[in-house]
Amino acid sequence: MPSNSPPTINSSSTRDAREPLLEITGLNSHYGPVQVIHDISLSVHSGELVALVGGNGAGKTTLLHTLSSLHPPSAGTIRFAGHDITRWPAHRIVATGICQVPEGRQVFAPLSVEDNLRLGAYRQHRDSGWVRQEMERVYHLFPILDERRQQLAGTLSGGQQQMLAIGRALLGRPRLLLLDEPSMGLAPLLVEEIFRVIVELNTQGVTILLVEQNARAALAIAGRGYILETGRIVKTAPAAELLADDDVRRAYLGY
Amino acid sequence: MLEQIFQFLVTGITVGSIYALVGLGFALIYNASDVVNFAQGEFVMLGAMSAIALLAAGLPLPLAAIAATLLTALVGLLLERFAIEPAKGASVITTIIITIGAAIFLRGVASLLWGKNSLPLPAFSGNEPIQLGGATLLPQSLWVLGGTVVLVALIHAFLNRTLLGKALLACSVNRAAAQLVGINVQIMLRLAYGLSAGLGAVAGILVAPITFSSYEAGIMLGLKGFSAAIVGGIGNPMGAVAGGLLLGVLEALGAGLVSSGYKDAIAFMFVLMVLFFEPTGLFGHKVAERV
Ligand SMILES: Nc1ncnc2c1ncn2[C@@H]1O[C@H](COP(=O)(O)OP(=O)(O)OP(=O)(O)O)[C@@H](O)[C@H]1O
Ligand SMILES: [Mg+2]
Repeated sequence: MPSNSPPTINSSSTRDAREPLLEITGLNSHYGPVQVIHDISLSVHSGELVALVGGNGAGKTTLLHTLSSLHPPSAGTIRFAGHDITRWPAHRIVATGICQVPEGRQVFAPLSVEDNLRLGAYRQHRDSGWVRQEMERVYHLFPILDERRQQLAGTLSGGQQQMLAIGRALLGRPRLLLLDEPSMGLAPLLVEEIFRVIVELNTQGVTILLVEQNARAALAIAGRGYILETGRIVKTAPAAELLADDDVRRAYLGY
Repeated sequence: MLEQIFQFLVTGITVGSIYALVGLGFALIYNASDVVNFAQGEFVMLGAMSAIALLAAGLPLPLAAIAATLLTALVGLLLERFAIEPAKGASVITTIIITIGAAIFLRGVASLLWGKNSLPLPAFSGNEPIQLGGATLLPQSLWVLGGTVVLVALIHAFLNRTLLGKALLACSVNRAAAQLVGINVQIMLRLAYGLSAGLGAVAGILVAPITFSSYEAGIMLGLKGFSAAIVGGIGNPMGAVAGGLLLGVLEALGAGLVSSGYKDAIAFMFVLMVLFFEPTGLFGHKVAERV
């Protein structure tokens, strides 16, 4: 599998000079009095595939919810493509190009596959030519969805729902795609299929932040990785280094 | 006897149409927010009463009806903006209690503005009864039926054929996911309240020439519309319409064949029966959901 390094790897000085697409600094997040995100700083450059791995309850979903403004941060800043988006409402975050595939798929169960995709393009609906084209691209990416355009999303299998959730996010025209545990609850063969698509998307130029418990699979396709433990980033390095790291291997790879 | 039953049916469908429209209003707001808006009946009353007032102020009837509908829609929107929205994050129960408070408030304002008497609205096209089979019906009944058919068709098309309508549905199905595709949930809620209020107003205006209206006319209509929505499976707009028609017909049959004193009791007994045997309503969503 390709190892996706930052695109400007040929000259590290220009890479440092360029502002990341996403830059999170000193982020804290609470549920009531309980702090679950502690001083997280993280960045994603344009074109990268970055993995964020962590165990159960580490705070991965909370971080993504905070990014998408479903949950307010209690401190810190989030910058995206040159804007401070920390306090933007959720719909504006989507409009600016941060699209999330949420944990547990969260498709619109009583609506058809096609309607789910159309709603994915809610912010793009004026560009109907692009929407039609992108829908065809998604159907091409996931032929099984093509066969089931009119089927209600709630009656799809778990893997099909995951594909639909990814397709729905793609129709939001993401400049940054956030994926929350796309492998959750899927059979190994399906996980492979989903991860193949993630790589393909990244190769086509979509910048991706992939959140996973399945550290092995995620780090295998990512360029860089972050390790999240109880709400703190405890390690960050190129993915290959993390895969070889003794601590990481013991804690997340089980050998 | 058969003629009589036919007459009851005609009456029942007319009344049921109004319940259907009120029930549809309940379903729209419930769909968008899981909240039962107990001010829905007051929208019906406001539509009728403000149309009557505008007519008295010299506006021609069609204009008065349109203005009253828009005005009521605006009240619905403001209710959402200034009473529901500030309580964002409150539980559904709290929000329902807010709507009950709003209903009492609107009733109070109406009684201050227009007094406590029942007031009529002139029939849209006279009072010459029409013979139909063995039954007679007022021309206004045709207005009620026609208006209901048009409105229900419009709402149905809105919900099922437009992106905005589907977005409204998406908010009710999965609010977080709706936000994640960029739907502004707040605006959707305002839309639902405005739409429901306007719908209620039209129902009130259509029926006012038959039943008259007063500051408290919304209470019973609201309850009946709520019953219609429950019978139909709350959150299912077309179910609410069917529920309203069913309720109206049962009521008319009960009043005609048993005693008009039992009219309301029969309606509410029916609701209880439905809830007992079919808790999700006769046409409730039963979409198989795999997680
Ligand atoms: N709505 C909530 N209210 C209170 N606490 C919460 C809430 N959601 C999550 N938490 C807590 O916050 C912590 C982080 O949860 P989060 O869901 O972000 O973890 P996660 O890394 O996504 O876990 P998983 O891999 O199981 O999905 C957990 O301790 C969890 O119990
Ligand atoms: Mg999670």
